[in-house]
Amino acid sequence: MTIRSLLVANRGEIAVRIIKAAKALGIRTVQVHSTADADMLAVKLADEAIDIGPPAPKKSYLNIEAVVSAAKAAGVDAVHPGYGFLSENADFADAVEAAGLTFVGPKGDAIRLLGDKVAAREVAARAGVPTVPGSAGRISNLDAARAIAERTGFPVMIKAAAGGGGRGIRIAGDMADLERHFPQASAEAQAAFGDGGLYLEKVITKARHVEVQILGDGRNFIHCFERECSLQRRRQKVWEEAPSFLLPQSVRERLCASAVALAREVGYRGAGTVEYLYDETSGEFYFIEVNTRIQVEHPVTEMITGIDLVEEMIRIAGGAPLSLVQEDVTARGHAIECRINAEDPARGFMPGPGRIETLRVPEGEGVRFDTMLYEGYSIPPFYDSLVGKLIVWAETRDACLERLKAALENLVITGIPTTVPLHLALAGDDAVRRGEFRTRFLETWLETKFAGAPGKSAEVA
Amino acid sequence: MSKIEIRSPLPGTFYRSSAPDAAPFKVDGDVVSSGDTIGLIEVMKTFQEVPAGVEGKALRFLIDNEEPVIAGQVIAEVEA
Repeated sequence: MTIRSLLVANRGEIAVRIIKAAKALGIRTVQVHSTADADMLAVKLADEAIDIGPPAPKKSYLNIEAVVSAAKAAGVDAVHPGYGFLSENADFADAVEAAGLTFVGPKGDAIRLLGDKVAAREVAARAGVPTVPGSAGRISNLDAARAIAERTGFPVMIKAAAGGGGRGIRIAGDMADLERHFPQASAEAQAAFGDGGLYLEKVITKARHVEVQILGDGRNFIHCFERECSLQRRRQKVWEEAPSFLLPQSVRERLCASAVALAREVGYRGAGTVEYLYDETSGEFYFIEVNTRIQVEHPVTEMITGIDLVEEMIRIAGGAPLSLVQEDVTARGHAIECRINAEDPARGFMPGPGRIETLRVPEGEGVRFDTMLYEGYSIPPFYDSLVGKLIVWAETRDACLERLKAALENLVITGIPTTVPLHLALAGDDAVRRGEFRTRFLETWLETKFAGAPGKSAEVA
Repeated sequence: MSKIEIRSPLPGTFYRSSAPDAAPFKVDGDVVSSGDTIGLIEVMKTFQEVPAGVEGKALRFLIDNEEPVIAGQVIAEVEA
């Protein structure tokens, strides 16, 4: 069934992006919004808007019943969840389908399976995708731990099976460390979680975060090459690139093929991302997780492949087969995305919601700005701080960095603090130019290079 | 007996406690000194403490837990 009308169950720049894709496909759009978002750009662009509740996300954008009721009331064919909010909520996908509507994404069962870290690791192993070396499951005693650590090498993480969110983790640098920490870790886990079960995982030092864009229609599965997302602050991506330009071609081929194998293993349907850690010293990559939605950083892939991922996922949800075969997907040039947040990098990234006084957007070949901003718009304080994504493409990475600098200098947003000065500093940094960054690079760089940099100012742009 | 207002320094969502299952920082009737935290404001997914900023007694909250506030809005008042 072709989708003729679509409800956008999200807000901000991604809601705008989805509406533009839907309009390009001739689809009627319905935008839901909280009472704090009645004047957001997506509401103005949509054919219809529906108020679904108070500002707090759990009372509006995370309220499954409110969103599904709005979709039924509006008589739409399908619901696009965007990213964040309910996008990877299997119960939401089920509720949408139970209401007789199409969920733009995989089935609830696939979301559930891939959202469970242990289950996803098993799926990856079945598909022949390398996972971080470690114990297959729980380990019963120190002898078993010794045997595993001898196989994986050090350092290793001793993790509590019942832990999570960084709790219950100890790092052992050598065998003596392991022998000392293991009994303590077990006792601690027992005390903290009522379960002394432990497992081991090798620590991948000097890792890059590399991810592969996949598309599937349930029968055919392709990749759209990889993205490099190592520049992160507090586990949030700040700057993304495509391709990962230092990746050897042979590794790229194996990496992308492994993502396709994983998609095939679960009969994947929609757009998704397979995330990996890449250890450039050994040339090995390891599966981390699958994201079963469109990613914030999808535009860098679109810029190098020319594929409109959002349009493609809507077509797939409507029952169409993939419009491309693998041989049709070619990558050209280099693209970089800078996440522009309403935060002040000179004041510890303090968020600063407020009213946009001036907005001047750079234009020109290879420059794209995905945003929900307009002059006079007041950014509400209730949601995340992303206000736009500056995406720049050029034939080579060096040319891309030059074009990016010019674009950042020509991006003028006044009325709120933004992270533009951070991106200007990164675009001009030698280590960034050489691509010498890993997942922990940015936090150290912020302390040593950025915080001490003279003349840093929120007034740069 | 004069009343002193405690205003929100930021726009966002007001929380009375540090976590959903934690006890509130302060309850109605409490005595506060200026360094005491009376709540948190969540602004763009980050949390900022709200200090009382004043000394007083018979604290009275005017904003419920998890309610939106604008910058400068009166959150609570105390008697000097």
